[in-house]
Amino acid sequence: MLTYTLRRILGMLPTLLIISAVCFTVIKLQPGSFTDQYLEDPRFTKETVAAITRQLGLDQPAIVQYGRWLWGVVTRLDFGFSFASNAPVITQIGERLGWTVFVALLTLLLSWLVAVPLGIYTAFNRNGLAASVANFLGYVGLAIPDFLVALLLVSLTLRLGSSNVGGLFSPAMIDAPWSWARVGDLLAHLWIPVLAVGLEGVAGLMRQMRASMLDVLSQDYVRTARAKGAAQQTVIWRHAVRNAINPLISLAGLSLPTLISGTIVISIVMNLPTIGPLLYESLLNKDQYTALTLLMLSAVLLLIGNLLADLALAWADPRVRYS
Amino acid sequence: MTTLPAPAAPATPSPFALALRRFRKSRLGVIGGWLLAALYLSALLGGFLAPYGITTQHQGFEYQPPQALHVMFQGKPMRPFVYGSKTGRDPVTFAKTSVPDTTTPVPIAFFVRGEPYNFLGLRTTWHLFGVDPGPDNNRFYFPFGTDQLGRDLFSRTLVGGQVSLTVGVVGIIISFTIGIVMGGLSGYYGGRTDNLIQRLIEVLLSFPRLPILLALSTLIPASWPSTYVYLGIVAVLALIGWASLARVVRGQVLSARQVEYVSAAQAVGASDLRVILRHIVPNLSSFLVITATLSLPGYILGESTLSFLGLGIKEPMTSWGLLLKDAGNLQTVGLYPWLLLPGLFLFVAVLAFNFFGDALRDAADTQSR
Repeated sequence: MLTYTLRRILGMLPTLLIISAVCFTVIKLQPGSFTDQYLEDPRFTKETVAAITRQLGLDQPAIVQYGRWLWGVVTRLDFGFSFASNAPVITQIGERLGWTVFVALLTLLLSWLVAVPLGIYTAFNRNGLAASVANFLGYVGLAIPDFLVALLLVSLTLRLGSSNVGGLFSPAMIDAPWSWARVGDLLAHLWIPVLAVGLEGVAGLMRQMRASMLDVLSQDYVRTARAKGAAQQTVIWRHAVRNAINPLISLAGLSLPTLISGTIVISIVMNLPTIGPLLYESLLNKDQYTALTLLMLSAVLLLIGNLLADLALAWADPRVRYS
Repeated sequence: MTTLPAPAAPATPSPFALALRRFRKSRLGVIGGWLLAALYLSALLGGFLAPYGITTQHQGFEYQPPQALHVMFQGKPMRPFVYGSKTGRDPVTFAKTSVPDTTTPVPIAFFVRGEPYNFLGLRTTWHLFGVDPGPDNNRFYFPFGTDQLGRDLFSRTLVGGQVSLTVGVVGIIISFTIGIVMGGLSGYYGGRTDNLIQRLIEVLLSFPRLPILLALSTLIPASWPSTYVYLGIVAVLALIGWASLARVVRGQVLSARQVEYVSAAQAVGASDLRVILRHIVPNLSSFLVITATLSLPGYILGESTLSFLGLGIKEPMTSWGLLLKDAGNLQTVGLYPWLLLPGLFLFVAVLAFNFFGDALRDAADTQSR
């Protein structure tokens, strides 16, 4: 297992290298450059702009810029310099990455907690009213874009007189030390983003859980378990769910891109300190190293998530072996 | 001697008729199909159904809430009418509000002359409905209200649908062309071509979708006219979308390559391209149609996300995503919730596509029942 993991991680490196090269090309193909904004400013002479361009290394050919960035990453874990904020990219990203992973993981966890029981329930009560409602909500979840969910919830909350929208904390709580009140405030701000990002995932997971549950329930070993007189609870949880959950673990890996995308869009709407708004701004400002590093980061998150999903599958399903 | 007429062969329904019969059984699928027909028709007739032009600004009518339709005026029934509006001040906040002027009804007229628009290349001024602007040119009917520049949201939504609903179709055509050719080549030739294309697909699939979409859409220069931007956005979406399809097509081609009629076609000397396009792809047609229907919503949602973030369709064109951008500000959405109405159209379109596609898939599937 350890060798498998190591091999997978090593296998990511060429992919990441290609991704970084493609991303840098895309960023470089953008019309204009970071220093263009100074050209229209009468306080900057042409010479100053040229000096800034030289100082930032933007006068070099693109391939040299890319080579230097890559060399810095490989040798010193230096992800370049953010032009817009005048600071190393890494200090820009540090805290934001934590919040990104936190929001994404919280959403993943909650969507599993909601979707799996719902899937089981709808598999057992296929024709009931509750199942129809859940099915319809599943369709709705897949059809409504995540930013629209956020806007609707914001509109509703504001109508109801609350002001806990936007950001992670109320103004009074931003610099307060951690306490239960602060956690509560955080959750009051976080439920809209989590719901908006997670709705699509819940819908997909629920459908998958129901489908695989229905598959498993018609298997022979479930009949055997029933025949030997096992209690209904045992049949459901130890025989049926235990096997039906495996496809969902693979699906969790596949749902990561939507999770990351969702977190990015919702963070831009709701002004959350994740990598989303930073990526958006850096792409628009042509802050090339920040944009490149963030694109790479989302790719790394995706690859690691997929690896974790595969490992979790091997842990949950003894039939799956990697060698 | 009389000749007996040959006994008629028992009518066997064609596979298509059977599939249609199975499709009709799915109530949601049929509803989805009709909804889609209605939406596309409304987009086609957008200029006719819309009472006003999409760029016409009605000064003094900024952020007008949707006007309700009435049929009773002072206790007496009347033809459908709306009330004109007066500007007032909120007594508490002094914010400008519009108050319905309930003294004069403004009746709705049908088939009226209004602003000129183009319909299939014809310039015409007929609109389905509208109201007489009155002597002071201050009576309007805004079914969905207006935006921050006083433009009629209903007209903008209908015309925006033209963009949102066609983005998916054009995008699918492009990405399916690339996907079928790449997947076909990969599966048909195998070996080094296969290997190369598969690596390419793997890299494309390991890109996080939204970030790379954002990055690609910043490539479109801001100075482009909005029709070019539209094409650019479609191209960006298709560029990301073909990879997963090519992978499936490859698998199908791999198995189809072994079938006798393919060997027969090769034996009579058909060119490779002909074998792929005339003999293998037609057998995938039902699969391709279903995949297209099911992946169309992804394009619609992709376009709306990009436009919503301001990286997609640009003014003066409009789309549902771009209309929602006006509501994207947390303050605005609280004060003017009707700006979210285009989202309803977006939602219904995607929902209808999902219903329709699921029913198509079930109808074409002959094994699992």
